[in-house]
Amino acid sequence: MNTVTITMVKQPQLFLEADLITPDQFAGKSIEAIGAIEISEGKIKYPLASFAKIEGVSGATAAETKIVLNGDLTRVKRIGQQMTAGEIIINSNVDMYTGGWMKGGKITVNGNADSFTGIAMAGGELTINGNCQNHVGSAYRGDWRGMTGGVLRVTGNVGNDIGTFMRGGTIIVGGDAFIHVHTHGEGGTIIVKGNIQARVGGQSVKGDIFVNGKIDFMMPGYKYVEDVEKDVDGVKAVYAHYVGDLGERHPEAKGQKVFTNLYLKK
Amino acid sequence: MQEVIKHVACPYCGACCDDLEVTVDDGKIIEVKNACIIGTEIYHHASREGRVGTPRRRQPDGTYKDITYEEAIDFTAKMLIKAKKPLIFGFGSTNCEGMAAAGRVAEDAGAVLDNCASICHGSSFLAIFDTGYPSCTLGEVKNRADVVIYWGSNPAHAHPRHMSRYGIFPRGFFTGKGARGRKVIVIDPRYTDTARCANQFLQVQQGHDYELFDAFRMVMHGYAADVPAIVAGVPKEKILEACDVIKAGRYVHIFFGMGLCHSDGRNHNVDIAINLVRDVNEYTKCTIMAMRGHYNIAGPGIVWAWQFGFPYCIDLTKGSVAHMNPGETSSVDLANRGEIDAFINIGTDAGAHFPIRAFEKIGGAGIPMVTIDPSVNMAATVSDVHIPVAIVGVETGGICYRMDNVPIQYRAVVKPFNGILTDEQLFDKIYERMQELKNAGIECDGTWDYATPLADVRPIKEVYQ
Ligand code: SF4
Repeated sequence: MNTVTITMVKQPQLFLEADLITPDQFAGKSIEAIGAIEISEGKIKYPLASFAKIEGVSGATAAETKIVLNGDLTRVKRIGQQMTAGEIIINSNVDMYTGGWMKGGKITVNGNADSFTGIAMAGGELTINGNCQNHVGSAYRGDWRGMTGGVLRVTGNVGNDIGTFMRGGTIIVGGDAFIHVHTHGEGGTIIVKGNIQARVGGQSVKGDIFVNGKIDFMMPGYKYVEDVEKDVDGVKAVYAHYVGDLGERHPEAKGQKVFTNLYLKK
Repeated sequence: MQEVIKHVACPYCGACCDDLEVTVDDGKIIEVKNACIIGTEIYHHASREGRVGTPRRRQPDGTYKDITYEEAIDFTAKMLIKAKKPLIFGFGSTNCEGMAAAGRVAEDAGAVLDNCASICHGSSFLAIFDTGYPSCTLGEVKNRADVVIYWGSNPAHAHPRHMSRYGIFPRGFFTGKGARGRKVIVIDPRYTDTARCANQFLQVQQGHDYELFDAFRMVMHGYAADVPAIVAGVPKEKILEACDVIKAGRYVHIFFGMGLCHSDGRNHNVDIAINLVRDVNEYTKCTIMAMRGHYNIAGPGIVWAWQFGFPYCIDLTKGSVAHMNPGETSSVDLANRGEIDAFINIGTDAGAHFPIRAFEKIGGAGIPMVTIDPSVNMAATVSDVHIPVAIVGVETGGICYRMDNVPIQYRAVVKPFNGILTDEQLFDKIYERMQELKNAGIECDGTWDYATPLADVRPIKEVYQ
């Protein structure tokens, strides 16, 4: 695998939109051609080279290309958007939409990420070694198809709307979440190892939610079933199993209603 | 000579009462009949002392000097071209013609175009994108609804004639008994003046409407037995009682206000309300409506959805591709994050309505700012340029959309003060000037030579420490 290293040398006055920083775009391009890739600040388009130093060589295909981003990327949006293969390592905080709509490959952020991280993600691995803001792994506004696949891992805390309209894939949060986890869920798995304030599984149709900490305000629509032992992210523990949201429509399979499962660690 | 103008529509709140009678004598407004007190006031504003009759430019010492419309238009046009990401925000109080003209300017300038819904019912839009909007007109509520629910809204103060014209008291075609034939349910954390008109009042714990809706939906889905003893501070019996009233209604209507769209969870509070409407329709007819605040704040949603495909938070910086994602392209977030470099405040007061920390990032950052408004509001006092315009519904007419998205023709009752321009005329002139400047070679290069930071705007923290 070949590596392209990008080091930020200049900061924008506003924010940069860098949806073309993906292995898919870099693959097979010379350093000069990568430097000419357009990024925009508001309505002005700049070549990537005017904000960053670019070194290394790209691979022939996306899968053979690894991008390492250094310097301060706090004001850069949309890195890794829609990537299908390859790898991105970001050694900085990043702004919004990191790994949004990604289909494959791997992104690692060694820092915090802002909102809409992994929005409508369909595949691949997205790891944030830090905190995230809101709408992690959620759907784009008005879309009933949220995250459909892949693994989204945040080691720190997250805000609200985690996995809204989620249909598949896994979200693992190491810290706490604020409100609205798996809202309108239609599948997939969310694991929150810390606490959640409220609104876990509201309007959720099906899927699995594991919470290791406390939920301050449970949704009234969840009903206790039994205690079960579960293996969650490699750790076995006993969980109280609830089903819900009883206030939402639910499909039937084999003559049985399918509910969302909420597992609360005992 | 005195003249009484009838069937005038009120340019204040979203109820858009169109039965006003305004007495005018020699170009002065003498009396306003039928309007509520806030509606009456807006007419008297027009003839108050101290109105601004010409555009003004802030001087280095903070005072304002009168300038011509040409100078003000030139400043605004140049600012829009030069800025990398200008924001045009407001439109709470103007007509659709002005909004359409501003849309043309925003597209040409590559600006972000946003309206007051962004800090009001914008979250309701998000819910509507997610789940649809089974709504109706206010006429249907008046003529058909026998169960009316006001959830998180207080029309007694915010829309004073709403209850008498549409919601509770009017006698309609199928509602001949008026208030006596209607069951009214009010759900609010406070015992409001609206709650005093209700048959049932449910005092929900602040910020927990979502859970209460879930309990209502559980009952509708046949899980009444599983509802906990108390949900969001409301005892189970009260929830079941309200659900019985709803199920027994011939036509149920829910009005919701900012109690839902501006407490935690925002769009999801509205989204679950809409889903409750869907559930109730399994039993009886049920509709829902947002209690929109200003008389034409529904207007930009209609006009811009037609122009750009989105009702608000429209990022036009990428030319022909409009992008909308509140949280990123919403005015308060843009201001808070330092993501804009020019600001037009039109037909609203960002100074009064933005969170102070967001507004100080505009006012204190040396971002050039233009306020377009008939009166000297808070935003105008920190703007580089203030351009007065005619008051819609008083000095100029036009189309305005009522809260139920019904267009109402507004009319002028007096001539514009000092011959000032309307919003539409002003934006058309800004557009023309932009073309002249572009033809003369002015382009966006991200540099300024005219922004004048306000020396005395200090971060709020410093002021209080
Ligand atoms: S209720 Fe609203 S529209 Fe009607 S008169 Fe009062 S302010 Fe005007």
